[in-house]
Amino acid sequence: MSNLTVDVKRPPLSFTMPVVAVLGACFGFVTGNIFGQAWLGFVIGAVIGAGLAGILAQIVQVRLWQKVWGTCAVFALAGLIAGGIGGLVGGAVMGLSMGWFATWIGSGQYRAGVPIYYTAGQTLWHNVFLFICAFVFFFLVAPLFPVIWLSFNAENFFTFTPEMLAFQAEGYSLKHYREFFSGGGHPVQGILYGAVIGAVLGALVQLLPNVQRGLARVVVFAVVGALIGVVVGKMWGVSGAEWMTPLKNSLIIAPFATLISVSLGTLAAIGLSQTHVPGRQAIMAVLISPMIVPLIISATGMFFFYAPLGNWLEANLGLNQTFVGYVKVILAHAALGVPFVIITVTATLVGFDPSLTRAAANMGANPVTTFFRVQMPLILPGVISGGLFAFITSFDEVVVVLFVGSAQQQTLPWQMFTGLREQISPTILAAATILVTISICLLTTVEVLRRRSEKLRGMSPG
Amino acid sequence: MSDSTETGPVLAADGSPLKQSLAKALRREKMRALALIAPLLFFIVLTFIIPILSMLFRSVENQIVSDTLPGTVAAIQDWDTDSGDAPDEIVFQHLFIDLFNADEAKEHTKLGSRLNYEQSGLSSLFRSSGRNVDDIGESFQDPLEEIDPAFEEADFWYDMMNGAGGEGLLEERRAMWEAQEGDTLAGDVGFVPSQAMIDLLPWTTTAYTDFAIWTAIEDEDVVAEEEPWEAVYGALGMDLRNPETVAAIAEYDGPGAAQLQAVVDNLDRLPETSFREAFAEIDEDWLDPEVWGTISVYSPNYTPGYFLTAIDMKLGADGVEAQPEDRQLYIKLFNRTLFMSLVITGSCILLGYPVAWLLANLPLRTANVLMILVLLPFWTSLLVRTSAWKVLLQQQGVINEILVWLGFVDDANRLILMNNQTGTIIAMTHILLPFMILPLYSVMKTIDPSYLRAAKSLGATNFVAFWRVYFPQSVPGIGAGSILVFILSIGYYITPEIVGGTDGVFISNRIAYHISSSLNWGLAAALGSILLVVVLALYWLYDRIVGIDNVKLGG
Repeated sequence: MSNLTVDVKRPPLSFTMPVVAVLGACFGFVTGNIFGQAWLGFVIGAVIGAGLAGILAQIVQVRLWQKVWGTCAVFALAGLIAGGIGGLVGGAVMGLSMGWFATWIGSGQYRAGVPIYYTAGQTLWHNVFLFICAFVFFFLVAPLFPVIWLSFNAENFFTFTPEMLAFQAEGYSLKHYREFFSGGGHPVQGILYGAVIGAVLGALVQLLPNVQRGLARVVVFAVVGALIGVVVGKMWGVSGAEWMTPLKNSLIIAPFATLISVSLGTLAAIGLSQTHVPGRQAIMAVLISPMIVPLIISATGMFFFYAPLGNWLEANLGLNQTFVGYVKVILAHAALGVPFVIITVTATLVGFDPSLTRAAANMGANPVTTFFRVQMPLILPGVISGGLFAFITSFDEVVVVLFVGSAQQQTLPWQMFTGLREQISPTILAAATILVTISICLLTTVEVLRRRSEKLRGMSPG
Repeated sequence: MSDSTETGPVLAADGSPLKQSLAKALRREKMRALALIAPLLFFIVLTFIIPILSMLFRSVENQIVSDTLPGTVAAIQDWDTDSGDAPDEIVFQHLFIDLFNADEAKEHTKLGSRLNYEQSGLSSLFRSSGRNVDDIGESFQDPLEEIDPAFEEADFWYDMMNGAGGEGLLEERRAMWEAQEGDTLAGDVGFVPSQAMIDLLPWTTTAYTDFAIWTAIEDEDVVAEEEPWEAVYGALGMDLRNPETVAAIAEYDGPGAAQLQAVVDNLDRLPETSFREAFAEIDEDWLDPEVWGTISVYSPNYTPGYFLTAIDMKLGADGVEAQPEDRQLYIKLFNRTLFMSLVITGSCILLGYPVAWLLANLPLRTANVLMILVLLPFWTSLLVRTSAWKVLLQQQGVINEILVWLGFVDDANRLILMNNQTGTIIAMTHILLPFMILPLYSVMKTIDPSYLRAAKSLGATNFVAFWRVYFPQSVPGIGAGSILVFILSIGYYITPEIVGGTDGVFISNRIAYHISSSLNWGLAAALGSILLVVVLALYWLYDRIVGIDNVKLGG
């Protein structure tokens, strides 16, 4: 398709000016409406739009992006004069859109993506389609931004205050983050301990046969150790804190649940990928079922089954009630995480060449060595991303923990859920922002791992 | 080659026939694969499948009635439900013993709440009757003790009742208590009913045995030192109503014979009201045949009652009938859940299709960048996205604030976007949209763009080329995405709970309500079972269309 497009021609002013005027009229209508003069604004906006298109067409020496930002600056200045800081932002947004639209239309860029034989109607549809897609992407991502913005609110409101909208410093604060992190132990000590333990471990690893050696590795271990140490140090001895205790519970439950689902799931996935498995379909259906069955049903079933199980454990094995509570939630979450591990690891194993294991066996490696030295490094990306899925499933899960756990096992999502239902402070939004940050990190990790896996298996050049 | 012409089977290296050796290797391979799968399979069956089965079981389980009122349930079988009258005296005599025991074990209120699901008012009936059932016993105890003070004494009763030959009765009543309590009651009672007493005073012996087991094992007291419950006196009164018993006492010469004879001589001092009347005095409703109809209908160990409630029906005295209008709720809720899931699926198709098309047709590098915009919400915590929508949609929320600021909406009439169906639909469409885009994208990726060009070069317009050539090839993607979104949305709980208010909730919210608030677990299990069947049917369909193995995560 692309070889049919040619350098675009600039459309005549008789086309550019009315089109930009339409957008200007829309903006004018909206702006005018604020002051109760919608139709006056409509007319003024149309005039400004047409004028802008005409002026920009006359300026030829300047690059396109300079035109866009120039328009933006002019509009922002006008907005600042008319309506203060709020007007500045409004003007900047409007100027950016107008400037971009005017240059986009004026330079003929709007035909850049379509074949040369397209009619005007087809070009219009193509661009409308792109706008629809842009709107959907906006719909997907935009809702997260007000959350992040509001989490810096200085007031205990769930809504924007006038100070926030006017971008005044006193409208913002980090108090919700302070509240979120209040309570808890010694992160600094944790960093130190973690870094030292990490460095020692890194040094010990150097002693193992067949590993890459070097100071860089020790540093990596120390940094990872410090990162874990800061979290562990912060969580050490937390109890009764409004947010740190749930976070601590989440950080206890999710790793254990992940560990169970990853270890059992990886073994089972390797078993499932053998050539001859009797009843593979049925087994697969059973193993995937925790993902298919709606959470509310899983939670109901687990509620009926785990409560007597817990009572039995407490009565007959004399176990501590809190401990049994954690065991119940961990088992439940491990079951929910299993399908994700199975799916990702079997998908990775599809690209695994079974003759490699035979070659290893041929050279005298026993099955355990073969697994750890040949198979594991190749499927590791799949295992890790399956583990991340399992982790996030547990870390994000509310319904089951709500039904199976007791107050001592309250997790972070549970606390958020209660907070949202009972409308408490915007600390929820601080928690949400932190979770968004974590999920961006996890997403990046998974993406990197996925590409690495594809590269390892030679499926994509990148 | 010359080997093959020889007779006899082909041999493997170790000398065994090759066929056998191969079969053995194959078997070993299968066993190895199964051994790898077995731990996880065992784990999932234990932690997931059994809980689900226990839920299915609980949706029909109804042992509480026959466990709590065993004698009454057995006696009521002879009652004619169509008689238009409450059952006979014998049923009330059993009810007296059963209810007294249930009151001691504090189980009668549970039974009351269970039966209250079927007929309102039964909860309070059982509660008040449990409180007052002692009075019936006392009305016998007082005159008995007046006739002979020996009846006040614990050791007198023990000597009279204790003996040999009643081990059968003891174990039978122990089993009754165990069913009642749902717990084992093993241990030495220190009492065996005497066969002579069983023959002479069957009611009294049964009641005394009940008392003895409870006293010895639950209260951990010595039976011979405790004064019997009022129920035992009431039971003696029951026995003495029988003329044959009165006649037999004259010939009895074991322990307590003199005292029993004294009572027989003073029979006119005992109250004459029947147990039926005594219960009617506690609560008129005991004479209501409808109450007994409910008890009778729900006396079997398994009942379709919860399932019938879940579809707005009930088990009346003469078969299945519709619930009264004001209690009809679940069909509406199921319909609403299906309708809203369909709307959500539809809007996901509308929004997801263009984006998936764009992603599939852009150069890989650009598509990967844009894909992050799809994956970011997919990876973000559900609670975060739900709170985001709460921030946006509420009356003082971002959307309303902007609309008011722009002057499109009057400050007094802000849009109600939350706590209704609109809120649920908007928020869930956003949350489930990635689940539509990802399968659509992976299907569209496989459609060769040259088909479209071929269609156009053969004279099709853009629309015709899309509709007749491209769209049919993308239908599997729509099917896969739709089923995935539909399955997910039909069982959603968190988002409707927070942004749905009362109008925008799903059947799952009702299930959660019955689990945590109304404690009607049987109904929750029945609703869950119905939902499970719907989802499994859809899952089966999904498997037929795409195959379970083709589920992909994160592109």
